[in-house]
Amino acid sequence: MKKTGAQIIIESLKAEGVKTIFCYPGGATLNITDAFTNTDLQQIVVRHEQAAVHAADGYSRASGKVGVSLVTSGPGATNTVTGIATAYMDSIPLVIFSCQVNTALIGNDAFQEADIVGITRPCTKHSYLVKDVKNLAQTIKEAFHIARSGRPGPVLVDIPKDVSASLAEFKYPDKVNIRSYQPTYTGHPGQIKKAMRLIANSKRPVLYTGGGIISSGAAGELLHLAEKLSIPVTNTLMGLGGIPGNHPLFLGMLGMHGTYAANMAITESDLIIAMGARFDDRATGKTDEFAPHAKIIHVDIDPTSISKNIKVDIPIVGDTKNVLTKMIEIAEEDNEAFKQQHKRVSEWVDKINTWKKDYPLTYQKSGILKPQYVIERICELTKGKAIITTEVGQHQMWAAQFYTFLKPRTMLTSGGLGTMGFGFPAAIGAQVAYPKSLVIDIAGDGSIQMNIQELATVVQYNLPVKVVILNNGFLGMPRQWQELFYEKRYTWTHLSSPDFVKVAEAYGAVGYRLEEEKDVDKVLKEAFRNNRPTFIDVSVNPEECVYPMVPAGASLKEMLLV
Amino acid sequence: MRHTISLLVENEFGVLARVANLFSGRGFNIESLCVAESLDPTISTMTIVTRGNDAILEQILKQLNKLINVIKVTDFNEMDYVSREMVIVKVHADDKTREEILRITEIFRGKIIDVSSKSYTIMINGDEEKLKGFLNLIKPLGIKELVRTGTIAMARGERTIKMKENHIKGGE
Repeated sequence: MKKTGAQIIIESLKAEGVKTIFCYPGGATLNITDAFTNTDLQQIVVRHEQAAVHAADGYSRASGKVGVSLVTSGPGATNTVTGIATAYMDSIPLVIFSCQVNTALIGNDAFQEADIVGITRPCTKHSYLVKDVKNLAQTIKEAFHIARSGRPGPVLVDIPKDVSASLAEFKYPDKVNIRSYQPTYTGHPGQIKKAMRLIANSKRPVLYTGGGIISSGAAGELLHLAEKLSIPVTNTLMGLGGIPGNHPLFLGMLGMHGTYAANMAITESDLIIAMGARFDDRATGKTDEFAPHAKIIHVDIDPTSISKNIKVDIPIVGDTKNVLTKMIEIAEEDNEAFKQQHKRVSEWVDKINTWKKDYPLTYQKSGILKPQYVIERICELTKGKAIITTEVGQHQMWAAQFYTFLKPRTMLTSGGLGTMGFGFPAAIGAQVAYPKSLVIDIAGDGSIQMNIQELATVVQYNLPVKVVILNNGFLGMPRQWQELFYEKRYTWTHLSSPDFVKVAEAYGAVGYRLEEEKDVDKVLKEAFRNNRPTFIDVSVNPEECVYPMVPAGASLKEMLLV
Repeated sequence: MRHTISLLVENEFGVLARVANLFSGRGFNIESLCVAESLDPTISTMTIVTRGNDAILEQILKQLNKLINVIKVTDFNEMDYVSREMVIVKVHADDKTREEILRITEIFRGKIIDVSSKSYTIMINGDEEKLKGFLNLIKPLGIKELVRTGTIAMARGERTIKMKENHIKGGE
């Protein structure tokens, strides 16, 4: 039987196992919108297309599934760009359906026309303009395959309005074979052996792991290898949750706002084992002085990440889970080489433990409510079991430092692009994926204003997302740089904000105000229990800084401490 | 260093834009670019001439490989290869210079493809050195206009640049 393009989209989504889409209608979506009437696919209609993509992104980060959003042509499509770029930088699998004007009008500057395939080309893993309904099912199949395989990423499918109305025979392809796209999953056995030989001879090894551990589901293997060989582990921001945050071998995050122990361990290490991390400038500091005494093994599924910023000694192209499994096998088989392993590295582990003890993450307690304290209490009250999303700025770094992430997919943050306005819609996506979980967006008073309209969405669907606004009246991160490097000239960074409690209430959500340390537990407990969308406006010390801090362009060992 | 890169790509709309984007997005310049259908009509061959140090070039090659529509990437600098380019040049011609132009064209085995009372249009092909030599001689006589095709290249000997069965991209 023939189906319309719109029906084909719905059938294809079902065939891909999609349960939820995040969407916003417009003229060009209407054929498709209409076909959604009476389907059992969940449709979350947001209030801005950027949020549709961030929500799909949060859904994907929390669940590991491909996130899907559908928006209209022109402005609907261009509004998705920041969301797409955010997912691209953090390798999150999404399929974004944008609608397009009729094929006959493409290129004519038609009403609500934008060349969204062209606009998003540099920030998508791949993109399609579907010009014939006959190719639609095949294209959707390929889009999902490309999004979730290899190094995952967002794929855009642009559908002209006449294509969604045209008829074609529908049969969803069961296989996809793209001759020009065959990602490498299995690491080269010879390279893995060489890597293990280096590990067996290293006295000061460090595992440096990133988002690749999370996306490949390799946290179990990572923990196994780290424990078996007694190798300390540091995470990038994207890698948090890749190893339990309370594990004795965990060093904390490295980089610009990393822990003293992590940055010193990198600096003094003789062997860095990088896994699913890409040596981002925020993680490495000055590249010339990154890990000056170390050989470097780099495991990554994306060959372009290898030897891009830092020249590595042993590159291994492959999936981290796959490679870790092989490494564990070798470690278990080669008893001779690893017999003395724990003894060999014990001095190093002791040294690291001394750093951890002598220079823990800390802050000065004073009379004024401290943002770090609020995050510590959130962590304590949720026992580290909440799903945390963040916006971008100081609060994001404090969340990374002071919340103990125990499991993968519990820290959802825009690491690569650093998108303010990400956390709230991402929390919507996470809450939709896990309706019973406690989802908390740790926000700042600047960031929350960038997608605050989504209050209407959480109220409409009664999504009990908690937004903790660490309100310091500043754009805190640039303010910190102005304090340290621009002689406290707070140009542009001093903000006035609305009464967030009243804003929440106006939308029909719950609002709490929190001003004193003694009320923190009481208010948070009540907010976490109320089962309603909630804003908590927390007045915190306006001029608090994030420490440690490695100034831009400095090496990791040059940390400013509290 | 100058590199001649060959790409086998899907013969589809948008592929050229993806390749060009990759260069422009990183601020790399393309010196010349040739695209046309290959022996297999579903595949196009692109020949790109670019410049960059080893680290930049390694990134370019990997990034090109990463593009979904790119089937194979080859850097000709890693092998022996032949390359040719064609130039069409319109030269001012009068009673004094006509003989000289004809003689130079003949030496370089070029062809006069159009004539007017005041000009010759000459077609010539060859490798970079030959074209440079020809243009150096003809330049003083007065070039009015010049167009070049850009370089195309092929490996020497038996070697061919083809898509392998089950070709794995980016593997170690």
